[in-house]
Amino acid sequence: MANNHWFDFEKEIVDLMDQLEKTKESNAKGKVDLSDMIVTLEEKIQLAKEATYSKLTGWQKVQISRHQNRPYTLDYIEHIATNFIELHGDRQVKDDKAIVGGFAEIGGRPVMIIGQQKGRNTKERQLRNFGMPNPEGYRKALRLMKLAEKFNVPIITLIDTPGASPGLEAEERGQGEAIARNLMEMSVLKVPVICIVIGEGASGGALGIGIGDKVLMMQYTWYSVISPESCSSILWRTWEKKELAAEALKLSATDMLGNGLVDGIIPEPLGGAHHSPEVAYENIKQAILDSLDELTGMDPDERIGKRIDKFSRMGVVVE
Amino acid sequence: MNFEFEDEDELNGGEGSKWYKRTWSGIFTKTEEKKATPDGLWEKCKRCKEVAPTKDWISNRYVCPSCSYHEKIGSAEYFDILFDGGEYTEINASMSSGDPLNFTDTAPYVDRIVVAQKKTGLKDALRTAHGNINGIPLMVACMDFNFIGGSMGSVVGEKIARAIDYCLETKTPFLMISKSGGARMMEAAFSLMQMAKTSAKLALLNKAGVPYISLMTNPTTGGVTASYAMLGDFNIAEPEALIGFAGPRVIRETIGKDLPKGFQSSEFLVEHGFLDFIVTRKELKNKLSQLLSIIWKK
Repeated sequence: MANNHWFDFEKEIVDLMDQLEKTKESNAKGKVDLSDMIVTLEEKIQLAKEATYSKLTGWQKVQISRHQNRPYTLDYIEHIATNFIELHGDRQVKDDKAIVGGFAEIGGRPVMIIGQQKGRNTKERQLRNFGMPNPEGYRKALRLMKLAEKFNVPIITLIDTPGASPGLEAEERGQGEAIARNLMEMSVLKVPVICIVIGEGASGGALGIGIGDKVLMMQYTWYSVISPESCSSILWRTWEKKELAAEALKLSATDMLGNGLVDGIIPEPLGGAHHSPEVAYENIKQAILDSLDELTGMDPDERIGKRIDKFSRMGVVVE
Repeated sequence: MNFEFEDEDELNGGEGSKWYKRTWSGIFTKTEEKKATPDGLWEKCKRCKEVAPTKDWISNRYVCPSCSYHEKIGSAEYFDILFDGGEYTEINASMSSGDPLNFTDTAPYVDRIVVAQKKTGLKDALRTAHGNINGIPLMVACMDFNFIGGSMGSVVGEKIARAIDYCLETKTPFLMISKSGGARMMEAAFSLMQMAKTSAKLALLNKAGVPYISLMTNPTTGGVTASYAMLGDFNIAEPEALIGFAGPRVIRETIGKDLPKGFQSSEFLVEHGFLDFIVTRKELKNKLSQLLSIIWKK
């Protein structure tokens, strides 16, 4: 997946890359030796990248988290797991394509992987409902988690959603109840649960598969109660304040870790996972294996107790 | 979360673009004082516009004597309606909100809290108290919509968690009365995690076999619906309450057409299988004690 989309704030990098490309072409023609210039440009690009990506704003991180070339759940599954067997349906209504899941192996260990799935083109996006699950998606996820519990297999969830689907049918079939049920049931699952935000972590739609012993965020992702756009529209009564809202919400991985609301950050290649997905795959795989090492030895009741205590401590009150 | 205010000004503590200008803002009457209503005052129903004496409204549990419209009421009124002799013990009464994110939108969050506290005489959007209903011990957590749209932040989550701890220790049944626009955005991910916290605590209550009744009142939406409100052993609601995950405005904008009549009402939810029954405010206390007396004999 080559990066075919750059953001405005990456303009300096893109300009330098264009320059490098042209210089390489001229060099190839062989009339003048431009190899010194090529080295200089490559250094400049590296410096520009470091400068740009070290001072990203909250909103810019949100933009990166939504980049169309970022790896999605099925990309991660393909590259970090073997023997994946996708399991479909909630056994009640239908198969929600916005959530995928099934048994697989990671590093030779059996796991249940469940994640929200987005699409890359119009047709896929419609099929996946833009990664916005309906109640049956959450119920499918819970069914698969219970199955994993039955066979004593650890659960990995990959979070990437702009929110749970808002619509007539979602309400009729109990979107609120489906998410609530998952929160309650996940908190007492007997097997290890590892949740990783790989893109967008918007509100209850994200939390609905997000109750785990380890909750990790990829470096350029966000997680909050609402998207910056909707926050802007409600609190500022305009869609124009999304940058301000993104800052105010403190939704980046570093902020979330700093506030004790997630357990760790998985590093991404400079500028985002789409710049070199293989690095992202390796890092997430390692993080999963490390977490499994830490969690599998524990007594299930102790693990559940710790999980519940962790979420119970979240919140700031004055007495 | 889908956080909707019926009135645009509600968020700003009631100050909007009016043709008159208030020289001071807020209501200084304490909730407890408000109840002593002298004769000769009248109440106009928000729905049928019928006028009836205020004392009739109060004796009718703030339900319109003409059309049975259930007026929004707060924790003080519910506690009064439910607990025997109006006697109860409130816990964690002094808890109030921090400002973990130093949040500012058009006004600083800390200022909004102060304005809401002055306006309502409350500390936050939920109070917890235990007492007896028809002789049966019960812990009640009740939301106050007047306080920033009944939004759920750290205080709401923490008070519910501690109320459940009390129920676990003393084996007391738990009644949750929800009335909320959803999560409180000014606490961002902290408010999101209150959904996780309360649901996890309810899992423990569930394991311990202690009854949990969730009463949904108008309105119950967003993160509240998607956590504790929908997790009752018994999910019940007042008549004609708006109950949903996404708010009606969000859904209307998404699907681009008007919503069917009665969509997301209590009656709609019963038909779709998400509520056990609808209960009027007048029947509430007796119905609760009737239910508990069957399942909770010690």
